[in-house]
Amino acid sequence: MADDSREELVDKVEQPEVDEDGLTADDPGIAGSRARRPAAEVAPPGGLRGSLRFAWAVLTSMRTAILLLLLLAVAAIPGGILPQRPVNPFAVTQWLAAHTKLGPFFDKIGMFDVFHAPWFSAIYMLLFVSLVGCIVPRTAVYLRAARAPAATPPRTVSRMSGALSYSSSLSSDEVLSAAQTSLRKRRYRVRRVGDTVCAERGYIRELGNLSFHVALLGVLLAVGFGSLLGHSGTAIVVEGQGFSNTLTQYDDFTAGAAFTGQLDPFTVKLDAFHVRYETGPVQTGAAREFKADVTVTDPSGSLTDSIEVNSPLTIGSTKVHLVGHGYAAVVTVRDGNGNIAYSGPVVFQPLDSNLKSAGAINVPDARPQRIGLEGYFLPTASVGHAGPVSLFPEALNPQLFMTAWAGPPRVESGEPSSVFTLDKTGMTQLTQDGDLLRMQLSPGNSFVLPNGLGLVTFDGWKRWVKLQVSSTPGMGAILAFVLLAVAGMAVSLSVKPRRAWLMVDGNQVWTAGADRVDGRSGVGADVAAVADELGLERPPPEP
Amino acid sequence: MTVASFSALAIVTAAVLYLLALVFHTLEWALARNVEATVTESVAADGKGGVALLDKPSAAPVPSGKADTYARMGFNVTILAATADLVGIVARGIAAHRAPWGNMYEFVTTAAVVVAALYFLGVWKWGLRWLGLPVTLLGAILNGLAATVFYVAVAPLVPALHSVWFMIHILAAIVSGAAFSIGGVAAILYLIQARAERKGTVKGYLAKLPSADGIDRIGYRVLAFAFPLWTFTIAAGSIWAEYAWGRYWGWDPKETWSLVTWVIFAGYLHARATAGWKGRRAALLAILGFAMFWWNFIGVNLVFAGLHSYAGI
Repeated sequence: MADDSREELVDKVEQPEVDEDGLTADDPGIAGSRARRPAAEVAPPGGLRGSLRFAWAVLTSMRTAILLLLLLAVAAIPGGILPQRPVNPFAVTQWLAAHTKLGPFFDKIGMFDVFHAPWFSAIYMLLFVSLVGCIVPRTAVYLRAARAPAATPPRTVSRMSGALSYSSSLSSDEVLSAAQTSLRKRRYRVRRVGDTVCAERGYIRELGNLSFHVALLGVLLAVGFGSLLGHSGTAIVVEGQGFSNTLTQYDDFTAGAAFTGQLDPFTVKLDAFHVRYETGPVQTGAAREFKADVTVTDPSGSLTDSIEVNSPLTIGSTKVHLVGHGYAAVVTVRDGNGNIAYSGPVVFQPLDSNLKSAGAINVPDARPQRIGLEGYFLPTASVGHAGPVSLFPEALNPQLFMTAWAGPPRVESGEPSSVFTLDKTGMTQLTQDGDLLRMQLSPGNSFVLPNGLGLVTFDGWKRWVKLQVSSTPGMGAILAFVLLAVAGMAVSLSVKPRRAWLMVDGNQVWTAGADRVDGRSGVGADVAAVADELGLERPPPEP
Repeated sequence: MTVASFSALAIVTAAVLYLLALVFHTLEWALARNVEATVTESVAADGKGGVALLDKPSAAPVPSGKADTYARMGFNVTILAATADLVGIVARGIAAHRAPWGNMYEFVTTAAVVVAALYFLGVWKWGLRWLGLPVTLLGAILNGLAATVFYVAVAPLVPALHSVWFMIHILAAIVSGAAFSIGGVAAILYLIQARAERKGTVKGYLAKLPSADGIDRIGYRVLAFAFPLWTFTIAAGSIWAEYAWGRYWGWDPKETWSLVTWVIFAGYLHARATAGWKGRRAALLAILGFAMFWWNFIGVNLVFAGLHSYAGI
């Protein structure tokens, strides 16, 4: 048969030795009947080269992999408990303020930015070195093993562990060829060596395993690539205003070390921002809808579009996400000389889920005295014994509560300052009737500042959105590697690589099997099924 | 009675029924006290080769009268409990006009049903009736927690959850969690059985359980199913996070602890293939991973403020 001649040729390929358990030296670290450790790990030879070889063998061993994995888990735990700067810098500041002894120590050892700390990076880098050092030789082994024919048994099948004997009335040839056919039907790679049929299947398991580990490496490299070349920033945009994708318009911006400075040219104008809140009795005040209507202008033209939480805008290689929202109070401040010293929307920062928002209005150009205002915007205001609170996030009863400061005009230093806090140096807080001045304004109302300092008018309110504008090159590659990892893992954990042998010895037929990964899980069923098909019978048990 | 209150009633009923089934299974275990070790694998055991061990890794039937009666009663009540649970979940989905896994209450009740479903599958295909006690314990705890601590009234979703990923990511997390739980309890039973085998004291109910090796293998199978699914859960979560929050990974506490859970189970899988780590240490890792999953779900949600706290709980 054509098969035989091919098998003869293939016989000449070197076969790995199979032991009584049916396993070869290639079978990866199976902790079955005997410990399998490379000799280098057991007794380190002398000399520098020997020690390095020993160290490398230890690094790439399974035991080290397990320990490094557990170390990675332990190292990640503080990152999951303590507040982290990249995620929530305000919480870090609060924590430091609350823990004056432990705080600075934790800060010094990098506990507030665990995932960029050198010790964390060392662990996962070591893990990946170990991974590469283990996978590369295993890939070489696999390339050889995947093309080799099914392994021969050591000497005779009858001496293998778990070997079973059957009796048969058929001729040896009939049994062997029927066995070959039956095993081939079960997707085994089969060959016949004399009076033994050798079969093996499940080669794809190791391919899945290797693909998974290589894909992990791919994910690491793709993530690194994206971080190096990517950028991300946020910008607050008030309704009616817009954002142009240039560096100066970002409120905050970070980029990787290899960022070229090229930003996709476009403008996003916020036409309107729709929010809907739950008004029913269950989860009152919870957000139900966020929708930003925008006009996007890029070199190819202008279009209207909308941004929602789960549908970002994609312009070129840049993505625009909706990541926050709030209220902006529109205020006009007239100074003591009757001129408009400030007019426009002022972004207030939300403090709670009912959107009580805090903000500051800096009016350095007011004359004769410069003015500063600081306070709260409450969408649904109510004054209780704890002070003014907001009862609902929608602007059902919008009010502005502010205090005022005034001081002599100051030379502009050009120093940047926060738009959300008031720099009070050189100013005194205004008083009225012996008490600190407090104004409570509804939309359309005005407040006359004492001593002829000016007039504050609350014109109305607008919404603002916080847009995140980011670009991460190679995100498609990250996704592809992640999917490859999942697929490879699914294959490696579901395919069962196994070997089976069937030998005819006179009237007796011996069978044996070996599961190459787990030991004793299912291969026996295959062999028993084949024996059944051939009509073999088990001899009665000894009395 | 509204659909929502019917759902709540069904879940409470399920919790009580699981508890009843637990009592029956406990009686089953307690009444098997005087049974000696007569475990035989179903096909001839000649050395450690062994054949067809996954066909019926339960012991040959040993006459123990009352224990068996309670076992059957426990199993039947478990079916009732799981049915009540499922009815409650479906009713909840109808009441909320969406898939019933938008908050902790819904997640936990669905997880209990999936645990029961995996148990029934195991009983049907592989005769794993001995999982009855741990499964009903899990079901009772999960539904009990749901009905008492996690209950929230039916409500629509916040905008961040309006996505097809809602169905994919959360369902994958629920099924992984249920499978991790079964793997975890199998690991606990493995440790108990292995210790008894070492000391030669395999009697009572332990004699009705499969050998320690058999339990270990079943636990491995369940975890080998759970782990790729959990990997997919994390991957799906990242993909969704990219759409919803603008970054695929931000070291949010939930994300971080999910990764810790993943790494521990990766350690478990590596341990099973390593001399010196296979067996006891691997089982300990499986139990640690199981605990870590529930800490990730319950502890992280309630203790840390992160992007995963929805609807207050």
